[in-house]
This record gives sequence, C-alpha cells and structure tokens, in this order.
Amino acid sequence: MSAEALKCKECAATYPLDAHYVCERCFGPLEVAYTKPELDAAELKRRIQGGPLNLWRYADFLPVERPQSALPAGMTPLVRADRLAERLGLGEVWVKNETTNPTHSFKDRVVSVALRRSVELGFETVACASTGNLANSVAAHAAAAGLPAYVFIPANLEEEKILATGAYGAKVVAVRGNYDDVNRLCMEVSAERPWAFVNVNVRPYYAEGSKTLAFEIAEQLGWELPSRIVAPIASGSLFTKLARGFEEFTDAGLLSGELPVMNGAQAQGCSPVAEAFAENRNFCRPVKPDTIAKSLAIGNPADGPYAADLARRTGGAVDAVTDDEIRAGIRLLAETTGIFTETAGGVTTAVLAKLAARGDIDPSERVVICITGDGLKTIDTVRGTFAVHEIEPTVEAFEAGLETELRAAV
Amino acid sequence: MSVTIKLPTQLRSAAAGQSQLQVDGGDVGTALKSLCQTAPELEGRLFDDGGELRRFVNVFLKGEDIRFLSGLETSVADGDELTILPAVAGGA
Repeated sequence: MSAEALKCKECAATYPLDAHYVCERCFGPLEVAYTKPELDAAELKRRIQGGPLNLWRYADFLPVERPQSALPAGMTPLVRADRLAERLGLGEVWVKNETTNPTHSFKDRVVSVALRRSVELGFETVACASTGNLANSVAAHAAAAGLPAYVFIPANLEEEKILATGAYGAKVVAVRGNYDDVNRLCMEVSAERPWAFVNVNVRPYYAEGSKTLAFEIAEQLGWELPSRIVAPIASGSLFTKLARGFEEFTDAGLLSGELPVMNGAQAQGCSPVAEAFAENRNFCRPVKPDTIAKSLAIGNPADGPYAADLARRTGGAVDAVTDDEIRAGIRLLAETTGIFTETAGGVTTAVLAKLAARGDIDPSERVVICITGDGLKTIDTVRGTFAVHEIEPTVEAFEAGLETELRAAV
Repeated sequence: MSVTIKLPTQLRSAAAGQSQLQVDGGDVGTALKSLCQTAPELEGRLFDDGGELRRFVNVFLKGEDIRFLSGLETSVADGDELTILPAVAGGA
C-alpha cells in the first residue's frame, strides 16, 4: 500500500501529493488516497512486528517516503482499567494512554508524519495553529529536526502550554482571539509564506498520523477490534481517522469484524458536533467556545460533519459534558487508573461515565477510551479540589493531624 | 455599496489571478453574486446546485464568520471587507 494522490472527501477530485489541503472545485477537504496493499496480511504483520517500537512500524500505511523522525512517538501503553470499569458497572475497559508521548499528547503522532512529509516536500520552516498540545509538539519535533518553528496560539491559553512551547526555542505568537481566529489567521499567513503549517497546508499528511492510534490499539489487543471507542472531538480529525485506521487494517486482512461503535466526546461549552449529531444535521453550526477544555475548544470544526456521520453509522453518539463533569472525569480516571489527564481526557472519561449511566454499554463489550493528553498541562483545573495538611516536622504533629484526618473521614 | 472581497489562493485562478476584487452589494449574498458575475467560474465553486453556500466555504465580514451574523442576508457597508476561506484545519 502506498500513497497515490490527494483526494477530495466531497467530490473525489484528485491532486498530486504536495502541499494542497482543499479542493479547488468544491472547497472540500483533501485526504491521502492509497493503492491497494501489495502484500498479504501475514507479510504485512511481519513487517509491522519487525518494525521499530514507535509509530513508524506502520510505515506501510503512512504517506511518507522515508519513515523516520528525530523524536520517535507512539507505542503508548494500552492499560486495562478494571477499577474504572468496576466503578462504572462495566465489563472491560482499556485506556490508551497517550500522555506517555514525547510531549505528552497524541499530537506527537500527527506532527511526526506532517514534519517528515514537509521535509520531503522541501519546506524549511514549520508552523501551526494550536490550542496548546500541537504547539508543544511542533516546537519539540522542529527542535529535534533542526527546523525553525512558528506556533500561533490563542493569547488566553493555559500558561503551562505556552511555557512548554517556548522552552524548545520556537517562536510563540499569541493571537488576541480564540482558536478559530488563530486558525483563520494561519490560513491567510500560509498563503503568503513558504512555510509548512502542519494543520493547514500539509493537513492531509498530518491527519494520517492519527490512524496509528487505531493501529496500535488493534495490535495491542492481539490483532482484534474493540467493541467500542470513546474519544474526544475537537476538529473531528482524530475521531474520524481512528475509524479509518481500523478500516485500513481490516481491508488489508489484519483484522476482521465490524467497525467499533464510535462515541465522540465534547465539552458542553463547545459542542458543535454533539449538536449536529443530536439534530441529525450534515453540517456544524459554529459556536463561540466557553469551556475549561481548551484543547477541544474549536467552534468551527473542519471534520465535524464527518465525525457526526461516523457516530451515526456505527451506532454510536456524540455527547457533551459540563465543566463540573469534566473535573469529576479527571478525578475518576486518576483515582481508578493512576493516569492524570488534562481536561480533554476528563471530557472523554466523563462521557464514558455518562454512557455507562445511561445503560448504552453492554457488560460484554470491550471498550477503549483514548486519553489524549497529560494533566500537568492543565494543572489549574485540579487546584483547590483537595486539602493539603501542613504540619510541624514532628511525629506528634503528624499523629495529631492523622487523628483529625481520621475523624474527618468517619 | 462597494465592498472588497479577499479570495483565498485556491480561488484566484478562477478570478484571473486576482487576490481581491471590488464589488457592489447591499448584503453579503448580493456582494457574492456580483463577484460571481465578474468571475463566473466562481459560481460553482462557492455555491451548490441549490444556490446555497457550499458547506466547506466560510465567509468572514471584517473577521467575523457570517454564520454568527445574519448569513447571506448580513448587510454590508461601503468599504467593508469580506474574506472567503476554506473550512479546513484544526486541532484534536
């Protein structure tokens, strides 16, 4: 299987494999199209299993000529979460823990592919529009590759994400506006500068990186499909590419069975896809985001219509949760699995809890939730949610404190 | 009413290479229609067969998405600037 062309998702017009991202005929998004796999399933599986312990083990399914990067990403743990399952009355729940990537989010996957392809296309500077995680990732991967990077972010972003971007030497441009304003600006700048904007002009390659999450889940489950996926939706790119990953492995003979039921997770303060799903619409009405889940705060989601459609055709749904439910979700995941996630993971865990409470999930199901980013990046959300006991450095003070603590707990 | 319409790179070939054009119109819809009269090739790119804006075409009036205003019926004032951009890009 090798990349053959860029193809419009709306009208199927094709374009060469360069820095195009939108169909000139109908403005639909372009996607990488591949030739049929030349190798049989057994040979493909051997090539994957003999590959490096990072996302390039799936190079046969990725649109690059030379699969390599200076900062390897992927092969993150898939953790069985029995305590979480038990708490929610579910049978089998797994957590795909993307916080272990080099910059602590799944964005290292998409950036790996986008950067590699950008270099192959001759770009010498990389850039992005970001809600934070992408900024971290572009800055780090550009530094490792020795490329200058410009990252554009909303000026009100969490400080942790800004600091963790500047630390790599990237040029940080804080835009007075929300993510959608940043995005619009980057689209205009990308037309004037010879830069690879990973999620604008090289977006078709970038988006392909998300498939590797699905590939890994299937491989880690022993080459089996899960029954259900719960994943966050911002632009809808990750959500739709998860399904594409499972489909490509199935078409190649590596998996058999139906696509998992796909459940999308959004924050109520920015839920254009959940609304489109609920109202059965084939377009998303843009919204002005107002949520603590800033990494999901895209009010005008490019792949939103496709995400809503995917949820429908797999028997899933797109649900939205409140900021309080998000905080509770972060807590629930942390205290049952030991994984501390950022707000997006709180959204995902809260939606899992909601589906469980609604009785949507059968106990026989094997559910995988995608935890896309690290709690240390949105540390403010847990501030004040627990007590810290300050004492003098004596055993007596500790014992006295413990007693008070025990009494309080009774 | 004379307004400026800025075109994205993907549409410039359909408008003799121009990056912006001056057109007349009292609202966004009529401004876009007069744009299409100046550059007829744009009609099919921007609008579907039913005459609606294609779902991946975004139009901004002075930086604001017209879907937050009154859509194609949003009135425009002399000297206003409209920007057409594709709805592609994004985060998680």
